[in-house]
Amino acid sequence: MGWLQAAPLALILLAFLIAPIVMIVIVSFWGATEFSIFPAFQFDNYEFLFSSPVTYRVFGATLKYAFITWALTLAIGFTTAYFLAFHVRSLTMQIALFLVCTIPFWTSNIIRMISWIPFLGRNGIANQTLISWGVIDEPLEWLLYSDFSVILAFVHLYTLFMVVPIFNTMMRIDKSLLEAARDNGASGFQTLVHVIIPLTKPGIMIGTIFVFTLVMGDFITVRFMSGSQRANVGRLISNDIGLMQYPSAAATAVVLLCTVLIVIAILLRFVNIRKEL
Amino acid sequence: MANKVKEDLGFTLEMTALDSDSVTQRAATQPDSFDIADIEYWICKKVWPTGNLQAMDTSKIANYDKIVGIFRNGKLTPESVIAQGTAPHTVGFVDGPGGTSFASEETGWMTLIPTIYNADTLGIRPDLIGRPIESWTELLNPEFKGKASILDISSIGIMDMAMVCEAMGEIQYGDKGNMTKEEIDKTIGIFTEAKRNGQFRAFWKTFDESVNLMASGEVVIQSMWSPAITAVKSRGIPCVYQPLKEGYRSWGGGIGLSSSLSGMELDAAYEYINWYLSGWVGGYLMRQGYYSAVPETSKDFMSENEWGYWFEGKEATDIITSPTGDTLAQAGETRDGGSFYDRMGAVACWNAVMDENQYMVRKWNEFIAA
Repeated sequence: MGWLQAAPLALILLAFLIAPIVMIVIVSFWGATEFSIFPAFQFDNYEFLFSSPVTYRVFGATLKYAFITWALTLAIGFTTAYFLAFHVRSLTMQIALFLVCTIPFWTSNIIRMISWIPFLGRNGIANQTLISWGVIDEPLEWLLYSDFSVILAFVHLYTLFMVVPIFNTMMRIDKSLLEAARDNGASGFQTLVHVIIPLTKPGIMIGTIFVFTLVMGDFITVRFMSGSQRANVGRLISNDIGLMQYPSAAATAVVLLCTVLIVIAILLRFVNIRKEL
Repeated sequence: MANKVKEDLGFTLEMTALDSDSVTQRAATQPDSFDIADIEYWICKKVWPTGNLQAMDTSKIANYDKIVGIFRNGKLTPESVIAQGTAPHTVGFVDGPGGTSFASEETGWMTLIPTIYNADTLGIRPDLIGRPIESWTELLNPEFKGKASILDISSIGIMDMAMVCEAMGEIQYGDKGNMTKEEIDKTIGIFTEAKRNGQFRAFWKTFDESVNLMASGEVVIQSMWSPAITAVKSRGIPCVYQPLKEGYRSWGGGIGLSSSLSGMELDAAYEYINWYLSGWVGGYLMRQGYYSAVPETSKDFMSENEWGYWFEGKEATDIITSPTGDTLAQAGETRDGGSFYDRMGAVACWNAVMDENQYMVRKWNEFIAA
């Protein structure tokens, strides 16, 4: 009976996850003309990908975005979760504040992102305010259409994905462990480093995987927030798709998928998240 | 427009708006997903060989004889010189209903029925620039560092680039619409260097993006489309569609029929095309700054003032408003670039698709990623 119970999920995964990926891998070896693609088994797409310096630069930029975004969302997410889990005492208040964190998610991703544009622009609110305060004389050009604005949007969009799993694991920490640490003379900082952080690791890891995969797979944030001045792997793929170069898009997607899987495999070496599920 | 079709013809038109890339994709890969496609001529060159479109019998087109010469023999007036690039008449005809290769002259079987076209140039913010702009070279002028933009649609962007590089005297092109690999490398090279030096504030891909960049003052000079200028102006912000001495980059669009159409559906499609050319749509398009394929039928749907302003390049005798009611010009103003013959007669190049298109696309991708 066991296999029967597993069958629905297995079938769904097979049809909607495995099959598309297999298809992508197959197409990545195909050839393309301007407006059509033809079945073949050739390495042209990969050859072009690996021989172009642009590929390396763009993968580098993508990893850079992922790393910076990860570090910032982790710092903000951990602090927020810590505050919610240990500082706020009543459960009602915890739930209320947690819901407050999710309010931005009531609007769409794109709207939250685009609303930064008028704010950060050359004649935007941020620049006008700073000028009226006398902090700057000239508008700051790097506020918008720069790495800064891209990362700002990423952090804004994805911090919650860090807060939720960390908050979740923190809530499961037995409060008596904290009392025991205190009774044994540990300072607040020592408790944090030796008790809370080790016990929160699985949550951090889940959050990390969320943020990392989201940033690695993004293309629209980079396009809008950099005014198309920066590129990441997602944009390479979307440009190819737009120009009907499906095989080359598929090849880039396969390389991206492998990169992400390798990074996740490495991450999972550090923490056993199964323990937590 | 769908409402007007319903009213005049009695059938329902379902419209999907797509950008050039997406429409090419649809037309080339999913012929059953549309009945008629409004596409550009250079896209036609790309899509026609897939066999997803069918040729149209010009004898069923009531106003065929009144269609502007550009779409028939390529000549606006008998003396006109045909510009570089994919000029519409070169991909406008095939030999017969099932023809797959383009014919060199009028055959009675049209690939696309021309609907709309215009001459594009750079848009500028005269209030923020404060001096006359006369040449395409200004796009890369360091004076506008961080305040310039071009469009991120490879096939059109490369043309704007070529106009600039040629104006700078950096490159002499054999045909800007069909560059060699060396020409592509050199063109992209010049722009990549400019991009690295921070010349561009942003690239735009959609109409709205171009309007916002200009209206917000992020950008003061950029490639732009005529209605985008109108949109900026209607917000009360000065914006000029600057005629440049090297000429215009032009484009044209037309309606193509899906090869899956037959019988009654096909008749309905012809009916739609005839209605399209009968004037109301043309008048609507002309009042937005485009041109209609059969200008004389549109005249009946425009006031004398509007016709004078938009088509003849005369001073407006009264306020000019857009079809949606925004004021675009006051009495006494003239259209940027002048009359229809001044503008369409100064076309330097048509939007095109090159033989080295795939190479160009890869290079373009590198430019965007650079």
